[in-house]
Amino acid sequence: MRNFSYSRPGTFDEACRVTEHTRFLAGGTNLIDLMKSDVERPAHVTDLKSLSMNQIEELPDGGLRLGALATNADTSAHPLVIRHFPVLASAILAGASPQIRNVATNGGNLNQRTRCHYFYDPDMVCNKRSPGTGCSARGGRNRIMAVLGTSEACIATFPSDMCVALAALNATVNLHGPKGERSVALRDYHRLPGEAPWIDNVLQPGEIVTSIDLPSVSFGEHYTYLKIRDRLSFAFSIVSVAVGLEMESGLIRRGYLALGGVGTKPWCVPEAEALMKDKPPSHSLFRDVAERILEGAVVDRDNAAKLKLAPRVIERALWQAAEGTPQSQTCKTIR
Amino acid sequence: MNHASPTAPCRLRINGQHYAADLPPSVTLLDLLRERLDLTGTKKGCDHGQCGACTVLIDGKRVKSCLVLAVSIPDAAVITIEGINQDGQLHPMQQAFIDADAFQCGYCTPGQIMSAIALLEEGHVHSREEIREFMSGNLCRCGAYNGIVEAIEHVIAQQDQDSKGEAA
Repeated sequence: MRNFSYSRPGTFDEACRVTEHTRFLAGGTNLIDLMKSDVERPAHVTDLKSLSMNQIEELPDGGLRLGALATNADTSAHPLVIRHFPVLASAILAGASPQIRNVATNGGNLNQRTRCHYFYDPDMVCNKRSPGTGCSARGGRNRIMAVLGTSEACIATFPSDMCVALAALNATVNLHGPKGERSVALRDYHRLPGEAPWIDNVLQPGEIVTSIDLPSVSFGEHYTYLKIRDRLSFAFSIVSVAVGLEMESGLIRRGYLALGGVGTKPWCVPEAEALMKDKPPSHSLFRDVAERILEGAVVDRDNAAKLKLAPRVIERALWQAAEGTPQSQTCKTIR
Repeated sequence: MNHASPTAPCRLRINGQHYAADLPPSVTLLDLLRERLDLTGTKKGCDHGQCGACTVLIDGKRVKSCLVLAVSIPDAAVITIEGINQDGQLHPMQQAFIDADAFQCGYCTPGQIMSAIALLEEGHVHSREEIREFMSGNLCRCGAYNGIVEAIEHVIAQQDQDSKGEAA
């Protein structure tokens, strides 16, 4: 790893003063890895861990505020998260490994980079790493790459599990920057690659994620996080689905749905969710929902299997949620 | 002389011993342990957070020391495989790994043992499936997984027996 200068400011104003060669450090599980791979080469690293952002607290409306520096492990084990947002706890436990989750933070999860092999290899051209050089993944070995939200310039997936649940839950991201504070819907936080895939999200220079707000929901047991991957644990998703259903008298009053592993960002289609409103669960409904959320998918050389797999995973996840039998992240048998 | 390479203060307690020095910020906790303190029990496998050979405890929690900057954890208590013996006796988890034949080449073993000790602290011990899932951050290229799970189950059973003994 190349060396760099290091600071650990105690105030936001100090932390926000950055140059284009500064990187923020939280848990570091992705940044340090990228620095070792020579993908990130910061001249200065600003460590955010002295800023007070590790609380998890209830909001007045029954929602929850997750501090950006709370670790993934602490978040998934927090009684309020387990009681009110088990789909989030489940998604977090589906990702990474216990050692990583003990260090990785909620804010860092939002800002992690893709795990596209070509992005990680400085010997290959990659528009996300080196703007304007081209995309090695298109036409390359791209079995794990995205089928939704792709562009000529980039087909890399956004790798998070946690953010898939946050997207389904309509979370809000709170930011602090040189120009003050603002909030962005999680669903609008990550960018489609378009012609500028090197810009992953809407963060402005010097802006820091301070917390994530979850609005109150009432799924009861009608939720699931179902993740399909190449091995049973500690692998990025090929297709994953977060679902929450607000059910009443056998009808879905409101459905919340997001996909991971298939899109260049956590994938949500409000029209697909709206199809479920006031309908009873049925095979034809769930097939329509899957078809609608996957509309516009584009496959490349190796990843056509995702389009066969995804509808099955979506429908199975919707049934798990409808039946109130969420997927266990310990026993991996899919029921 | 070249440009002075930046340094930052590092203050730690490692296996009970105080450590303080100015280090290049790019030094990982793993490299500090192995290259500067000669604590080579903690292994470098992949150096990318994937294999778990470098697992140590920081303030009681298991982490991959290859992904932690040594300067970024001020005043933390670090425990490595060298720090778990109990008055010169093997830690029960070490003994269980020997008894269950839970390794072949032994390279992943220090990380497996540190991870397993933390696993028991966390309480993820209710089934074989749960143990396997919560040990998934530690890879074993010799494939000693069955022995590893057996060793962990043995220590759990031992602890259960000890706590029953105390209650009686």
